[in-house]
Amino acid sequence: MSNKVLMKGNEALAEAAIRNGCIYFFGYPITPQTELAEYMAKRLPKVNGVCLQAESEVAAINMVLGAASSGVRAMTSSSSPGISLKSEGISYMVGSDLPCLICNVQRGGPGLGGIQPAQQDYLQATKANGHGDLHLFVVAPASVQEMVSLVGRAFDVADTYRVPAMILADGALGQMMEPVDFDAALSERRELPEKTWATNGHGGKRKKNIVNSLFINPDELEKSVLERYQRYAKIEENEVLYEETMVEDADIVIVAYGITSRICKSAIEMARAEGIKVGLVRPITLWPYPKAALAKAAETAKHFLVVELNMGQMVDDVKVATNCRRPVSFFGRTGGMLPTAEDVLAEIRKINGGIR
Amino acid sequence: MAVVFDKPHALSPVPFHYCPGCTHGIVHRLVAEAIDSLGIEGDTIGIAPVGCSVFAYNYFECDMIEAAHGRAPAVATGVKRTNPDKIVFTYQGDGDLAAIGTAETVHAVTRGENITIIFINNAIYGMTGGQMAPTTLPGQVTTTSPYGRNPIVQGNPIRVCEMLSTLDGLAFAQRVAVDTPAHVNQAKKAIEKAFKNQIEKKGLSIVEVLSTCPTNWGMTPGDALQWMRDNMMPYYPLGVYKDVDAK
Repeated sequence: MSNKVLMKGNEALAEAAIRNGCIYFFGYPITPQTELAEYMAKRLPKVNGVCLQAESEVAAINMVLGAASSGVRAMTSSSSPGISLKSEGISYMVGSDLPCLICNVQRGGPGLGGIQPAQQDYLQATKANGHGDLHLFVVAPASVQEMVSLVGRAFDVADTYRVPAMILADGALGQMMEPVDFDAALSERRELPEKTWATNGHGGKRKKNIVNSLFINPDELEKSVLERYQRYAKIEENEVLYEETMVEDADIVIVAYGITSRICKSAIEMARAEGIKVGLVRPITLWPYPKAALAKAAETAKHFLVVELNMGQMVDDVKVATNCRRPVSFFGRTGGMLPTAEDVLAEIRKINGGIR
Repeated sequence: MAVVFDKPHALSPVPFHYCPGCTHGIVHRLVAEAIDSLGIEGDTIGIAPVGCSVFAYNYFECDMIEAAHGRAPAVATGVKRTNPDKIVFTYQGDGDLAAIGTAETVHAVTRGENITIIFINNAIYGMTGGQMAPTTLPGQVTTTSPYGRNPIVQGNPIRVCEMLSTLDGLAFAQRVAVDTPAHVNQAKKAIEKAFKNQIEKKGLSIVEVLSTCPTNWGMTPGDALQWMRDNMMPYYPLGVYKDVDAK
């Protein structure tokens, strides 16, 4: 018998974090992720954890930095404008080689934007989550169940490689209720390195530890960045996740992630019923990006269609991954608007007409 | 043979980078002496700021974290909340604590975080080369107030101990100076008390140390001390601003 419960995405994210050993949460209210913090506020005191509402997003991420320095699993969550505020602390955490989990339940932008679901933070999440050369391990779940299973994965990758991880969700996933099986999500466990670098008091038993991102000599700074990029290379080698649907015989391959991929799957079924051969590559990790899967798809596919809830932020990644071997079209809605499966189908038909 | 003077164990055996006549060295020593006398080096985590004391993580023998500019009290909160039995202190300058980090400071205090803050007030930004600080005095010349700080244009200085002592979470606030042996002894006692309060879980303690910056004030170390006495002490009076122990 399965142990499925019906849960809101934001609450499931919080519960999954607790079940993965994270009992320290620091946040600040912002729609559409607030239920996550509210859930933590209810649950964490009961498991001897700490849920602290900070005075700002800036303070919250720095509290996470302090907690992570102590060697514990810690997390924060926010939505787009709040993530911009956190970018300072995120960069310092990268520079200090500190693992943590950051959830971005995206809303529309720029500026205060709106509170409806969007994927307008793709470039920020995958290319520039702060100043300096840096990456985060970024995963984009497409269902509440997957969100739950990616929480454990994100923490494990963060701890293994000493990098911050980000769950890039959106307002739709955060707010929707779906059945979740937490036991199924806890399946695979990996050996994690001991946090010998933690600043939790040397107790006279070891040399002092320093958590720091300052290297005033440029040669030392370069060395530290190069060492970090060796870890990034390992992440790119070992931690890529993606899902393929009917790619083998597809003339048109859609590339979409998160909630958008589900709309695309409906459109693909409709197109297949019309005899149009369409498939889907769904990046689950947005960084590292599933380049090899797309390069392979480019061997047989005739055309790529990127579908996102933004103005085409992932298009260049698809062009680079496929080495521009095939045309790459884009279809998206932005500002919190969602396309229908029929809208996507219309794009598929247009491209299909062009191929013939 | 009895040892009458020695370097505190909690102070690292490395040369400081501070300018001649700078008072950071004295305050570092006082912090290390407090850590030694309370026997807490192995349980202490220090948070260094951004500013002249940015390298403080190299100067103390306890575990250290280098925070972003102004964020030390938030970082300290994260450390303390996950390690309530460890001793956590921040060491911050006036720009760090009272300008870019005002929100972090005020809210750490009002939450009553059980930490210790050592606050260096020298009325100027030292590391970047002598710009106006939140504590720069009216009329004081800096590179960004070249005609003297005009409160109408550049606003007024902040009196940190006075401001924080209105908040309920504060356990102890004292403003001290390190310009004379008598004042150094007073500062030593205040700093030790600020750490002892934390061991006794009394809440947040802050010690503000009036300091000099001969380099950026453009004075000899001796003249700088006299300038501090003549100008800073009247505006920032020494004394205890809050003490939960006082009846």
